[in-house]
Parts: sequence; structure tokens; C-alpha cells
Amino acid sequence: MTAKIRKIITIVEDTVREMDRDVDPVTRKAAAIAIIENPCAGEFVEELEGLMRIGEELGDLLGRRAVNALGVSPKEIQSYGKAAVVGDAGELEHAAAILHPRLGKPLRAAVEKGAALVPSAKKMGAAGTPIDVPLGHKDAAYVRSHFDGMEVRIHDAPRGNEILVAVAVTDSGRPFPRVGGLTHEDAESNDGLR
Amino acid sequence: MTFTERKTFIALDRSTHEFGPPSEKPLLVAGICGVVSNPFAGRHVEELEPAMKELEPLGLRLARELLDAMACSPDAIEAYGKGAIVGTAGELEHGALWHAPGGYGMRQLLGDTRAIVPSTKKVGPLGATIDIPLAHVNAAYVRSHFNTMQLQVPDAPRPDELVFCLAMATGPRIHARMGGLKANDIVGKDGLR
Repeated sequence: MTAKIRKIITIVEDTVREMDRDVDPVTRKAAAIAIIENPCAGEFVEELEGLMRIGEELGDLLGRRAVNALGVSPKEIQSYGKAAVVGDAGELEHAAAILHPRLGKPLRAAVEKGAALVPSAKKMGAAGTPIDVPLGHKDAAYVRSHFDGMEVRIHDAPRGNEILVAVAVTDSGRPFPRVGGLTHEDAESNDGLR
Repeated sequence: MTFTERKTFIALDRSTHEFGPPSEKPLLVAGICGVVSNPFAGRHVEELEPAMKELEPLGLRLARELLDAMACSPDAIEAYGKGAIVGTAGELEHGALWHAPGGYGMRQLLGDTRAIVPSTKKVGPLGATIDIPLAHVNAAYVRSHFNTMQLQVPDAPRPDELVFCLAMATGPRIHARMGGLKANDIVGKDGLR
């Protein structure tokens, strides 16, 4: 099964100033979002293989789109996250089928390495529902400066029979990180944690 | 520096049925939001780290109040998460203050949990929603327990406030059927598997 895509949206957020101070280097986030038809809408479907395949396809498509939107090389990506909003004719598990089994591998290929878990969020929602895509360091989950989120909201999606799928990446942590903990520079990134 | 509390907001979501057959065990997902003043609002304050210690009692208390509201024992909690919304006169970094104390509060209460507490944060206006990511308390890769709790306090955060959130769940998603690592198969050493 291939994703029936209605639209793809890309958002780039550059933070250049915060509290009257220049952010240097500028912190940057990008999200790539696909609005797809939910092939399992309206009924209980036990076997969700089709959605898992769509997840694999979107991990590649959205991963590359998001990285390209930042205009950096894959290895310069520092953190990532993924999320889905299921329209009202679907089931929360449809989001799980897209996000968890197969989306991660092509996404990791798009950002190089990716030893850490890809943080995720999912929910049911109407057109215009905001979703916070959680962000975590791509190679060491405990890097404290990179815990973040990116809100995504598409005014006309998801319709009842649709699913919104989002991938977010950054080439930086938060602006002015100063609550201590493990840093990007000190992470060994071998076990995906520290 | 003081975080003055204005209110606590609790949301309980009990699901028993989702398409298909009724679930054998209802799933309880719950979240608590503590609304406090932001002592750093309106300007750049360089030194933030000491404030984390000051928030530890709040972390512990919110965790306890949430567990009380869920009316279940600490053993019944299988997934957790945390988050923060910073009012618009604050800085995203102020939300990061919750990392240590939010996790501390839940760990104190739930015992020796091994997995990282998943989190998110944002700057937002009155009534902003936040999607708290949830994952298994002992092994972050347990696929059935990846879930999310949307929280929203209608009258918070005001520009000079912070909303600190904790969320917990008593089990996997209803009709979780995505394979992957199962809760029964957790090795339980590294917090991942």
C-alpha cells in the first residue's frame, strides 16, 4: 500500500532573538508534514500492515524533506521527533502503526546515525488540531539542552478519514540552554542514552 | 526567587472501548498541571539552574496528587511523561526547569523506574494545549505504551506564569497491536529494553 497524500507542508522556524539578546548561532527547527488518507477509517481493522508500510514511506519522504528544509547535511541534524493526528473516523492505533514499527529506520538514514529513540506523540483530532512533536537529541536521549517540542497545526487537516503525520528535526538545541545536564559536546552517543 | 502557586488542574481519561471488542481492562490516562508564577518573566536571567532544586517539592506533590486522583497504587503505573508551557512573557528555557524536578517527583513516588521520562515544552498563551508524550516506566522501547495525553488549562498560563505538567497511564493503548518489545519481555537493565 502506498500513501495517498493530499498535501505536504514544510515549516521552518529560525530563532534569532530571545529576550532582547541575539541567539548566536541561530537555533533552527523544521517540520515536514504529510496529510494522507486513512485506509482503515470507519471500521475495526485487525491487521495494520498497510499503515506500517505507509510509515516506512513517510519516514523517508518527510525525513528528507525536513532535513532539506534546513539546508544542512544529514550529519548536522542534532535532534528529532515524530507525531501523528488521526481524524475522527480512525483509531489511535492507526497512528501507532505509522509511527512505531517502520518510520524510524528511513528517518535515521535521513539524519545519519540516530542512536537514540525517536520521541513521539499521537492523538485523535479534528482539522486544525495542534500537535506538539516532542524533540530529543538524535544520538543521546539524555542531552538536556535538546529536550524541546515543535507545535504543528494544519488548518484543514486531518479530515475525518485522514491522518496527519509529522517529522521534526533541528540543527541545534534550545536557545540559551542553561539548566545543566548532559551537553551535545559531552555526549558519547554510543548507547543512545548518554 | 519564588514560584507562587495559583492552581492545580487534573484531567482523567478512562477508556473502555475503541472500535473492536470492549477492552478487558480499562485504560486510565491522567495528567496534572501546576500553574505557578514565573519569577524570570520579562527579562533575560542568566542563572536558572538553582531554581530546579526549589521546584522539587512541587514535583513530588503534583505526582502524589495525580496518583491520588487516579486512585491507584504506584505499582499500577506503567507509563509516564512530563511537559511545560511557558507564558508569553517567559522564555522556552524556563520550561526546561521542569526536567529534573518533574522526573524526580514521579521517581520518588513510583520507586526505581528505569526509563527516561519523555517530555515536551513550548511557549503558549492562555488555554494553550500541550501533548505530553508517554512511554513505559522501565523500558523506553516498549511499543504498546507509547501514547500521549493532551492537557490544557483554560485560564493558564498568563504571560508571567508557568504550567508544569505530569502524566501517567495504567497500561498500553487500547487494542495495541503493533508488535515490537512487549512489557512482559523487558530485560530492565538499561531503561531502553
